[in-house]
Parts: sequence; structure tokens; C-alpha cells
Amino acid sequence: MSSIEVKHLNVWFDDKQALRDVNMTIPNKGITAIIGPSGCGKSTFIRSINRMNDIIPSCRVEGQILVEGKDLYGPDVDVTEVRKRIGMVFQRPNPFPKSIYENIAYAPRIHGTKDKRKLSAIVEHSLRRAALWDEVKDRLDKSAYDLSGGQQQRLCIARALAIDPEIILFDEPCSALDPIATAKIEDLLSDLKDEYTVVIVTHNMQQAARVADQTAYFYLGELIEFGDTTQLFERPENELTERYITGRMG
Amino acid sequence: MRVMSRNAREKLYFNLFRACGGLVVLTLIVIIAYMVIGSLPVLSLDFLTEPPRRANTAGGVLTPLVGTIYLMAIVSVFAIPIGVLSAVYLSEYQGKGWASHFWRIVVSNLAGVPSIVYGLLGLALFVTFAGLGRSLIASGLTLGVLALPIVISASREAIKAIPPSVREASIALGATKWQTIQHHVLPYAMPGILTGVILALSRAAGETAPILLTGAAFYMSSMPDSIFSQFMALPYHVYAVATQTMAGMNGSPVVYGAAIVLLILVIGMNLIAIVVRKKYREKYRW
Repeated sequence: MSSIEVKHLNVWFDDKQALRDVNMTIPNKGITAIIGPSGCGKSTFIRSINRMNDIIPSCRVEGQILVEGKDLYGPDVDVTEVRKRIGMVFQRPNPFPKSIYENIAYAPRIHGTKDKRKLSAIVEHSLRRAALWDEVKDRLDKSAYDLSGGQQQRLCIARALAIDPEIILFDEPCSALDPIATAKIEDLLSDLKDEYTVVIVTHNMQQAARVADQTAYFYLGELIEFGDTTQLFERPENELTERYITGRMG
Repeated sequence: MRVMSRNAREKLYFNLFRACGGLVVLTLIVIIAYMVIGSLPVLSLDFLTEPPRRANTAGGVLTPLVGTIYLMAIVSVFAIPIGVLSAVYLSEYQGKGWASHFWRIVVSNLAGVPSIVYGLLGLALFVTFAGLGRSLIASGLTLGVLALPIVISASREAIKAIPPSVREASIALGATKWQTIQHHVLPYAMPGILTGVILALSRAAGETAPILLTGAAFYMSSMPDSIFSQFMALPYHVYAVATQTMAGMNGSPVVYGAAIVLLILVIGMNLIAIVVRKKYREKYRW
């Protein structure tokens, strides 16, 4: 069970508070979308889940995030282990300037898989899982930068899948992609949700409505509303949510 | 009223820029041509394989050439690892506060210190205080200190040019900071780092003042037999021959010969750097 229980999460950058007392439970499996206007803290929130905010020196986090009942911010937690279990895909495709094969094989290798045959199997499986295998199987040794933007983003998804995480975070994964590439990523998300707990930050409300099972609305660092996607878009309980989804704000 | 039409001005400026550009190329050609012509009487393979004879006025440059190569080796051993690793510390581990600002100022000021001052430092610190005497190692370390800021600034720039998104990608996969640096940041920054290293080595190879004070000999009949012995080196050899021979204003062909050997050595290092850089660019393509 890889539900994510967020308890009293507060995040600061220096003196500026980016998240205020966020409490929510992201259920196991399925897709949870995080929406809200720019600067509402949605990226900060998702980056708290795999502790990516740790690399920003000015950042301070209070509260708990529990996965399988264990606090990710607990005293004897190994951050690299957290990030191994919680994969992440970023806003802009950021493959390594290496071959397609090396991009995928990198993470399993640093986590201890040395056997070449095993690595090749992981590469193939991850690429298949990310619906990229057929397009690249003949040029695994070519640079990842030879791929199109959409392919690069699917490569980054495959790279995240290669260490077999339980949770995958997507930080606006389609904002740099054209509509066709976006559609492919969305199809892929729907494929992945039976196996992984997927959390996606998106600027695009239609995208949230299309793919997400649950949606959370953030505004000025606070979680305003969190619920079933259909319900949130059709019968929002909070006035702020309604104003945002009807386009009167943000 | 306009003195010149816009098109005429355009032409004037374009030609001015072209003339300035041409002047730079011309300077290099003149330098090389002047030295090649001056050294024609002595230029041959024997010039490289024979030691100087008759108080430096005849023979080859074997002893100074070997001395300079030894020096470069010592500089490489000390300045490259310390320079690159401190650049890693400065750009990857140190925060953005006043301390990092201070460090940057220190490094850029170090790069501007005149070489004779490094010579004095080397004399006081390595020759006298550390008791190394006037020796290869004292000179090599002095040149190493001189090369450090160049290696550091170039490496730092190269590391800074690696997009943060690549570091994030690696960290998000569960790599540690050092793994990220070792597997991504350093390899991708390598072309820039190499450029800095070669620049620093070329600069060190050509310096006369620091080695003059710390161990270079005017004339030696034999090769240095350990890092603690004195040595001959190309730039000082050029100086020595140019000032001591009675060949008059035109100098002796040995001077030009030694100078051109030094020049070829430096250009050769740059060529190696270009080839290695090209290889890295092909390996890691953005």
C-alpha cells in the first residue's frame, strides 16, 4: 500500500512560507492531480514528496509525509532510498547527454545491478512500459538528444520506471510538449495508474479532468479542496475552487 | 547634415572591424615567421636531441626541453586535482552566501598576481621554508600555485554551465550528490575543464620569473637526476642565451630555435586539448 499521508506540512523558502498546513491522503494507485494558479505551491508540494526540496539550501520543511506509515522526514531516513521508491518526471525533458541505453541503465546500476543481461532486460522493460521501445529499439546507442521532445519525455518516464518505484511524481510533464506528444503521455499515465501511485502537477485543468481520479486545488500555499475529480470539477464545494475552474481567477 | 551616407558608414565600420581581426592573425604569423627564419640555421631533429654546448651558443635544447617537460608534469600532478576539486567544492558544495563571493574574489585576484610575486612566494615558501632548495620540485610547486587560479576559474565556469536540470534528474533517481558530480557534472564539464588545464599549463610552461628564483639553472651539463636537483628550462634558456651571447641585435639562431620549440610545445598541448575536447563533445552530445 503506497498511499501518501501528508500531515501538517509547512514549507518555507527563507522567510517566505510556500505551503501552509497541508493535510491530505493521496490514495494508493490511481492518478491524483494537483492544480492551482502559478505560485500556489503545487510544485513545492510535489517536490516535498520525494524530498527534492532538500537540495535547495534555503528550504525548510515541517510536518510529516508518511508512505506505508513511515515518515519520509523521519530521523533515520535515507534520502536516496526515498527517491529510489518515489520516481519523478520533470517539467522539461531532462535526459542525460548519453545514449538512450545509458539513460535508463544509469539508475539501476548505481543501485547495485551490475549484470549486463539484467540491465538490458530492465532497459527493454522500462522502454516498453513507457511506450517508447518500438520507436528506439534499433538505436539504443544513439544520443538521447536525437529524440523529439515528446520521446525525450517518455525516455525520462522510462528512466524513472527503471528503478521500480512505487510512486511516480510528474511535475507538469507536458508543459513543454505539443498536443500529440501530450496525448501520448496522457495515455501512458492511464496505463501506469493501475501499477503505480501517480501524482501529477498540471497547469492544464482539462488535463486534470481527463486523466485524474482525484484532484486537489491549491491556492496561496494552502490546500483548498481535495476530492473526486468529477465532483471537484462539477460541484466544487469551495468558492475559491469554483472561481478557479470556471476561469474567473488564475 | 550627414557627412557620410549610412551605407558608407556601414562599409567603413565593417572594414575597421575586419582590419582589427586581420591584425591579430597577422601578429601570430609574423611571430612564427620571424622565429622560423631566425632559427633556420639550427633547426633540425638534432636540435631536440642534443644538449646545449659551448656556453649555450651551440648544440641543441635537449636539457631545457626535458626540464620544461618535467616541470609540466609536476604542475599537472599538483594543480589539476587540487584546482578541479576545489572548483567542485566552490560550485557544488558551497552555498551562495558572502563566503562564496569572497572565494571568487580571492581566486580572480590570485589569477592577476604578477608572476615575479609567485617567484618570491616560491623562494620563501618552497625553497627556504620547506627546505626544498632551488630544485625542480620547488619550481614545479611555484608554477603549480600560479596555474591554480586559472584551472579553478575555468573549471568553475565549465561546471556552472551544466544545467541544473541534469543534476536534478540524477538526484531524483536516488543518486547521491557525489555520484551526481562524478557521473554527470564532471564528465559533462570535462571539455571546459580541459581547456582551462591546457591554458594553465601553457601559461606555466612559458613563465620565466618564478623558475628563475626557485631553481632554473643558467647552464647544466647533465639532466636533473631527481626532483631535488636544479634544472634547465626553455623560457629561461631563451633569456639566458639572448642576454649572454655576443651575437648582437639579431641574436643567435639558438635563441629562435629554443623559442620555437617552446612555442611548438605549447601549441602541441593545445592541439591535444582540441582533440580530447572533440571526443568528449561527441560522447556527451546535447
